[in-house]
Amino acid sequence: MSEKVLMKGNEALSEAAIRAGCRHFFGYPITPSSEILEYLAFRLPQIGGTFLQSESEVAAINMVYGAAAAGARVMTASSSPGVSLMQEGISYAAAAELPCLVVNVTRASPGLGRIPPAQSDYWQATRGGGHGDYHLIVLAPFSVQEMADLTILAFDLADKYRNPAMILADGMLGQMMEPLEWGNQPQDPPVKEWSVSRTESRDRRLILAAPISDEGLLELNCHLVEKYARAREDEQRWQSYLVDDAETIVVAYGTAARISAEAIESLRKKGHRAGLIRPISLWPFPAKAFAGIETTAGSCLVVEMSSGQMVDDVRLAVNGRIPVRGMGLGGGWIPTPEMVEEEILKS
Amino acid sequence: MLEQVLIAGFGGQGVLFIGQLLAYAGLKEGLEVLWLPSYGPEMRGGTANCISIISTDKIWSPIVPRPKSLIAMNWPSLDKFEPKVVPDGVLVANSSLIERDIQRHDLRAYAVPASGVAQDLGNVRVSNMVALGAYVGATGVVSSEAVLSSLIKMLGDRKASLVDVNASAFRRGYEMTVGSRGQSNKVDIH
Repeated sequence: MSEKVLMKGNEALSEAAIRAGCRHFFGYPITPSSEILEYLAFRLPQIGGTFLQSESEVAAINMVYGAAAAGARVMTASSSPGVSLMQEGISYAAAAELPCLVVNVTRASPGLGRIPPAQSDYWQATRGGGHGDYHLIVLAPFSVQEMADLTILAFDLADKYRNPAMILADGMLGQMMEPLEWGNQPQDPPVKEWSVSRTESRDRRLILAAPISDEGLLELNCHLVEKYARAREDEQRWQSYLVDDAETIVVAYGTAARISAEAIESLRKKGHRAGLIRPISLWPFPAKAFAGIETTAGSCLVVEMSSGQMVDDVRLAVNGRIPVRGMGLGGGWIPTPEMVEEEILKS
Repeated sequence: MLEQVLIAGFGGQGVLFIGQLLAYAGLKEGLEVLWLPSYGPEMRGGTANCISIISTDKIWSPIVPRPKSLIAMNWPSLDKFEPKVVPDGVLVANSSLIERDIQRHDLRAYAVPASGVAQDLGNVRVSNMVALGAYVGATGVVSSEAVLSSLIKMLGDRKASLVDVNASAFRRGYEMTVGSRGQSNKVDIH
């Protein structure tokens, strides 16, 4: 392995995109994701890539759509209100099965919100976000290392499933610096035989966001259902930490998982048996992580920096076997490890 | 060992820089490190602060409600953060810009004329390095060698001409406090 370097989360994510073979970025700056644009604005031209600051987020996602249709590895990055503006284009990309990466370094609260860390875009990210019946593959890093590693994985999964992927992070993960180790250089991205490029050797090809017949539309949706079922089976990712003998299982992702893990460590030192299930893929949600938890655990506590979104998915996964309660608030509320400790002890 | 130091001052005083430098030095020593700036819409001349965490064990929470140490580069920062430091923590205050006494009696506190020393060295902008030196001298959280070699790396070729004055400032601060490392009384340095 290589030497550890110190990087900001947003910069690690950007450099990882380059290592993954992404050479095209289209976006519009917004705090707290702006370092991604700043970084790629100087790095992409150095290596013959394209960085383009578009006139709006709506334009950016449609440029992403075009580059993806041409078979390129391509990404955009924004923060909550900007990602809302992109939803129409993301839905179109899901329908046209165009692999691309959308990064959401979220803001807090509905509306313009502000920039403290928050997790209030979970529903938007995991339920599709735009119109229609679709899913994004959504990965949630909890360290600078994972800002890099999961970005590379997101590009691979997007190509594997021909589906848009999303990294869901927050300003804290974007702004903080931690040591990072670059693994081996990832393999070159696959050549995309389905793309509309390289027409010199074959007939013209069309990629449509909507088939031109009712039957075709049904067929597309059946295909999407089958594809999502495969992803649900094969791509659930999570980390279980100290759960084997845990009486209380905390469920948290991203920044909330960092804070919760500290609370759990502290409680363990005092003799309380708590553990953590940390979803890494938010969609597909890692329901498999909850198999058999009722043999030791008496309850689940879901810690979120929102007023309670992922708690729905935990309840579905636990399916009434043990009680599930939530702790959280949107709008920039950040729990301290002590607050999480107190809440665990109420179990 | 788990050290959490909050570094605060005016924008432009280099508080983010010394926070990062400390993280680099910790990394060089093989320790776990994390650096988190307070980010937000700040004006030039506004306030800036960051937290650096250095630990022998894995660092989980980036949230530090009550830091173990504080470097206060200006008066508003001391007013704001002095009450938050944990008892028996370390406080380095830039006494050149803070015309009041440190109020806490349960801290290992150092009133260091960082801006004055920097001025003596011919560059007031290295006051941050004087304060960092005093902090590292007082705590020994990382070695001065790790700080100085990380400094060269951080400044790079483009700012290599600034290494000497920054290193001198660091050493001046370091020498002011290293003798009292481990003592628990308040130290005023003039």
